[in-house]
Order: sequence, then structure tokens, then C-alpha cells
Amino acid sequence: MIEDEDVELLLNDLVDIYGYDFTSYSKASLKRRIVRLVSIDKFPSFAEFRYKLRTDENYLKRFVEEITVNVTEMFRDPSFYKSLRDDILPVLGTKPFIRIWHAGCSTGEEVYSMAILLKEAGLLRKSLLYATDLNPSVLEKVRKGIFPLQQMKQYSESYIESGGLKDFSEYYTAHYGQAKFEKELSEKIIISTHNLVSDSSFNEFDLILCRNVLIYFDKDLQDRVLKLFDASLGTLGYLALGTKETLKFSVIQNKFKQLNREKIWKKIM
Amino acid sequence: MEKNHVANAVKAMVIGGSAGSLQVLFNLLPLLQNHLPFAMILVLHRRHSADSSLSELLSTKTLLPTCEVEDKDRILPGHIYLAPADYHLLIEKDESFSLDYSEKINFSRPSIDVTFESAAEVYGPSLVAMLLSGANEDGTKGLSLVKKAGGTTIVQNPETAQMPYMPHHAMMHTVIDHVLDVRQMSHYINNLR
Repeated sequence: MIEDEDVELLLNDLVDIYGYDFTSYSKASLKRRIVRLVSIDKFPSFAEFRYKLRTDENYLKRFVEEITVNVTEMFRDPSFYKSLRDDILPVLGTKPFIRIWHAGCSTGEEVYSMAILLKEAGLLRKSLLYATDLNPSVLEKVRKGIFPLQQMKQYSESYIESGGLKDFSEYYTAHYGQAKFEKELSEKIIISTHNLVSDSSFNEFDLILCRNVLIYFDKDLQDRVLKLFDASLGTLGYLALGTKETLKFSVIQNKFKQLNREKIWKKIM
Repeated sequence: MEKNHVANAVKAMVIGGSAGSLQVLFNLLPLLQNHLPFAMILVLHRRHSADSSLSELLSTKTLLPTCEVEDKDRILPGHIYLAPADYHLLIEKDESFSLDYSEKINFSRPSIDVTFESAAEVYGPSLVAMLLSGANEDGTKGLSLVKKAGGTTIVQNPETAQMPYMPHHAMMHTVIDHVLDVRQMSHYINNLR
């Protein structure tokens, strides 16, 4: 049994020793993942787990990888992608240049989905997609653009449901159970580590996507990150969140207007 | 049942169900009184594509305010909350919800075990957990943790379940306080304080 106080001690260690700050993460989910990791790696006690983490930088890497949730998919929530196609890209297309930020992009499935949308709208040439995550090892996967082939059937269905008209397999080549996405897509993706907890704004964007990341943060940290997004969006820029996330009751609520049933907001002031 | 009246005021009831559980809820909800002094939290396995119309459907069966959870919603007594499709539903110490999109547990997201475990930790003896019809093992581990934390455990009488495996599995592997059919459930819930 791991007590809440144990978790707190551990999180304070991570700030003091490594500068990783998980203290404002949602406690229930964070604790569950810590309990899971202690059990998978067969630590006889929490004290030993904590000692390992304090003294072994390699184990810290494993901790960050396992504690942060890296489950994602392409064209997740097809109606959301349909709205990007129909409502957002035509507006962004009128700009000379398009900057998009995928914050907390994990292994990058959503970044590639967006690159495909841009390509089909004829906008990829003048676009840049910034893909950031706090976890360097997942960004390596974004760079490679290689995803498990067994997922492609489901991704293809979601792609069609989102309004895609092509044969989805045109976008990748299959090799040994892997699907490698075409280079034209990855060439427009700029990859960098960025920690939403501690790092600041680094550019001005037309669209920021941060889907199913804020659910892991407590209310205060959510507000801080939303302010960061607000500061990183140009006027009339768009912010897209996960289907169960909301700006309601947030500090930036009044500066944004929700577009439709999808979780996309337009910055109005 | 007496023990609930005296010892601990119930603050939340969590109900888990899989195949065959929806009909149980459709029959149960109209039998509940219109003011419950605790929150009711539903975790149902369903197809991803079934999305958000289920809470609307459930709300036609009851006058209790019913909604699908959004991240960080506060948990209020007298309300019915439904775990959204494709997220795990967790409960925070400050009695709000948080969502989680991590790996499926028992091939399920939402996982009944995850919510039951989380609720057990927050509510302890003030929790009632009930497992309905279903064809898998999700919920058993959660019920045992509810019991361990001092809460009350209930399963649907397997003989009345369309898929008896889930409540039956729980009965075989953990201590169950009550085995109830729909009418008994409504009576039990309406008398909880």
C-alpha cells in the first residue's frame, strides 16, 4: 500500500534532484501509475523504489516514460477531424503561412493525421507543425513516423469517417509489421521537448492542439497551461482540446468562443 | 443494511456493468426516488461509437439530473454520472472526477476496477458498490478493494442477469454483502442514508 504522503515525498525528490515537476498532476491517475510501475518492476518496498529513482538517472527516464500516458491514435474522434477539415483549414488557408502546435503530442499519431489533412487541403507546403512533449523518447517515434501496421485498419476507418477520400494506404509503406509514413509529411514537422509545467511560450500559432493532456493536470495547472496557450495564440487563432475537456470555468474562458459541438475554441480577444 | 443506517452516511454509489446491464438500469432508474442524498456513478462497458447519446437515453428514465462526466466535474449528491466512453474514470480526494486515457484494463476502457478502486480510496466505508450483468471479470478486483476499505458490496443476482458471469465471478472471489434483483435494488437504494 502506497500512502499519499509517500507519493508527495517522491514528487518533491523529482523536483529537487531533476527539475521534473509532477506535483500539480491529477493525484488519482498519477498514483495509480506509480503503483503500477512499482509492481511491474517488482520493487520490494516503496522506499527502495524511491531510492532507485533518487540515485539512478536511467531509471528516471523509465519513470517519466511509464508515468506519462502515451496512448494515442490517428484520427481519434473522426467528427473532430471532420470539423478541422471543414471549418478550420479553409480559414487558415487564407493566411500566407500556417503555424500549428501539437502540445503533449506523445508518439505523434495526431501530428501525422494533421499533416495528412493539410496535404489534402493543399496547405502542407506553407505549413509548419510543431510537435512537443516532455518525454524525449516518444519524440524519437514522431521523428521516424513509423507506427504499428496492425492499427492501420482502424486508422483507415477513422480517416474515412473524418471525410478522407483517398486510399489511406497511399500515405505509408508497409514493412515487417510497421507502417512508415511518407517523408513529405514528416518534413513539415518540427520536433522539440517542451514541458507544459515549466517551459514558456516559444512562438505565435494559428492553431494549438492539446488533446487529452490537460486531464492529467489539476485545476490550477490546467489554468496555467491554458494561459500559456492563450499567450501563444494569435488573435482569431484556434485552440483544440480533447472531447471531455473544457474551457468552462477556466481563467481564459471569456477570451474564447466555442465553435461548435467539437472541442474547438476561437480566440476572440 | 442496518449497519449503513447507523454507522456511515453513504456519500457515493458506484455501479459497474457490461453486456446486459443497460436493461437493468432502464428498469431500475424509474423505481428510484427523485432525491438521493448521495451521488450515483455509472461505469458501463460500451462500444466507442455509442458516444454521448447514452446519458440522454438514461436521463429519460429518471428525474435525477444525469450527465456524462467531463474532466474535473465536481461530484454532487443526487446526481447520476456516467463514465464517458473510452476513458477511465477516477475520483479525486476533493470529490471531483478526473479522466485518464491510459491502457485498457481487462480489455476495457472505462474499466470498472479502476473506478471502484479509486472510489474505495476516497469514500472508504461511505461507499456502496454494485456490479451488474456482464461477460467478463472486470469489477471483481474493484469490489474486493471496496470491501477492504470498509464499503458495502452488492451484485445483481446472477439468476436474473442476462450475462451472469460477471456478478457470479465476483461472488466466487470476494465477499459480497447483498445479492439483489432489480426490485430489491431499488428498495435497498431508496432506503440508503
